[in-house]
Amino acid sequence: MTATTASAEPTRRDFLYIATATAGAAALAASVWPLVSQMNPDQSTIAAGAPIEVDLTPVAEGQVIKVFWRGKPIFIDHRTPKEIKEARDVDWHTLPDPQSDEARVKEGHDQWLILIGICTHLGCIPLAHQGDYDGWFCPCHGSQYDTAGRIRRGPAPANLALPPYAFLSDTKIRIG
Amino acid sequence: MNENAIYRPEQHAIYQPKNRSLKWLEVRLPILSLAHSSFVAYPTPRNLNYWWAFGAILSFLLGAQIVTGVVLAMHYTPHVDHAFNSVEHIMRDVNWGWLLRYAHAVGASMFFLAAYVHMFRGLYYGSYKDPREVLWILGVIILLLMIMTGFMGYVLPWGQMSFWAATVITNLFSAIPVFGESIVTWLWGGYSVGNPTLNRFYSLHYLLPFVILGVVVLHVWALHVSGQNNPAGVEPRSKQETVPFTPHATIKDLFLTVVFCILYAWFVFYLPNYLGHPDNNIPANPSVTPTHIVPEWYYLPFYAILRAVPNKLLGVLFLMASIVILAFVPWLDTSKVRSASYRPLYRQFFWVFAAVCVGLGWLGSKPAEGNYVLAARVLTAWYFIHFLIILPLLGLVERPKPLPASISEATLRKAPGAAVASGAAAPER
Repeated sequence: MTATTASAEPTRRDFLYIATATAGAAALAASVWPLVSQMNPDQSTIAAGAPIEVDLTPVAEGQVIKVFWRGKPIFIDHRTPKEIKEARDVDWHTLPDPQSDEARVKEGHDQWLILIGICTHLGCIPLAHQGDYDGWFCPCHGSQYDTAGRIRRGPAPANLALPPYAFLSDTKIRIG
Repeated sequence: MNENAIYRPEQHAIYQPKNRSLKWLEVRLPILSLAHSSFVAYPTPRNLNYWWAFGAILSFLLGAQIVTGVVLAMHYTPHVDHAFNSVEHIMRDVNWGWLLRYAHAVGASMFFLAAYVHMFRGLYYGSYKDPREVLWILGVIILLLMIMTGFMGYVLPWGQMSFWAATVITNLFSAIPVFGESIVTWLWGGYSVGNPTLNRFYSLHYLLPFVILGVVVLHVWALHVSGQNNPAGVEPRSKQETVPFTPHATIKDLFLTVVFCILYAWFVFYLPNYLGHPDNNIPANPSVTPTHIVPEWYYLPFYAILRAVPNKLLGVLFLMASIVILAFVPWLDTSKVRSASYRPLYRQFFWVFAAVCVGLGWLGSKPAEGNYVLAARVLTAWYFIHFLIILPLLGLVERPKPLPASISEATLRKAPGAAVASGAAAPER
């Protein structure tokens, strides 16, 4: 290949090369897309992830129950006044993932703490009413959460996540 | 395989098929002469010690894993409702199923054991240095593939440890900023580890060993282009400093493979569950995490590094870096001298490093609390200091011992009896 043969003006051939390569790249991307996309949740999995309703009447004060939504454990914690007080007495601005207790519950339903029960570190399930903060303790790598499910100590980077949910009545919630 | 690269005229000439049909084949596909020049006439340095037999042991283990794995796949059911029971079915009902499964599970441990010995051999004798960098990097790629394959295989029995290993390891990707959650969902094929996850892990666990096999072919090819390193770390300078692969290396490799198989068989027959974890005999339960999660022993050093870092994203990055950094060792090590036998300082640091790796492994099995975390941090720091500071610096400050002029000289120093055989041959080329 010698530089002298390259003309200053793009030729018809240059155009054809670029057009063919572009079409080829587009075809390749279009062929790869289904191969990548098939790994995402399929229609039945998405359908099975529909919202669920939970009746809160059987959950006694101080009790934590676990329900499953989208294969994830959801903690429903009927908090005692002491636990609520503990969660509200700390200066939340100083916490690793600063969030007030009020922001983590629905107004008027302060006793109900609804959490996705998955440690934000690497996905283990924390144990209720354990650890130094009376909240949750993750047995895998020692993360500790308080009575509002906020990370207080350990390797987890964030508070326990809140699922999307709404109170249908005072004793019934819909998760999802 | 591009046979030009390993084509050596002087060896090629040795093999001439006599048989007419073999001659016919040779003209059309010179596969016999390729095999002959690669595994029969191939010259190996005459001073190789037994640490050089682990490549052969690894080849044997890869074959054993593929054979036992393929037959286990004939009896295993990759479904969350059936996987655990199908493994029990293999253990109780399938003829020799217990043997096949134990051989496969213990085989994974033996595979990693042999691979680690093989790698430390390379680090000790500087086998990664010019011109063997690509050979070494291919080895690091094989290690990465082994780690992925071993992990996915561990998930298949769908016990508690399987499930939670899958959960914890896939969650490593959630540390990636912005895209982390979408990537994890994509890996799972759902909103948590479930049936789609098990199915794809099964598919990939079946595929990856063959990918490993492909990279092993490249690894061996690269080895046969550059030739083997040797304990003296100087290149063979004459024909007399090498011996043909067959019978010398073949028999030596075979012997150590048999010895290694004694260890393998001892675990298979006497301690089949010693290297596993009892919690994996409990069917997977997404609502309860086992109280003490530890990976298989061969991942423990990396696991300790992950836990030593108090930040999630950094922990994951350190974990990845601890493996990827190996690929850069050929350039991090600035010393021109290969063998640690002639590097008095490096030799000491090598053993310190080996102890650090073992220490990290031990710490990985301990709960992440108190002094264990502190110790893991110190050793993690040393792990990286070794590669990033000590290796580059040693090459500059260390004064190596005088190198032998040849392999003959190196062996003669040790074994005067060999003088008759190789002494005259030294400066032939």
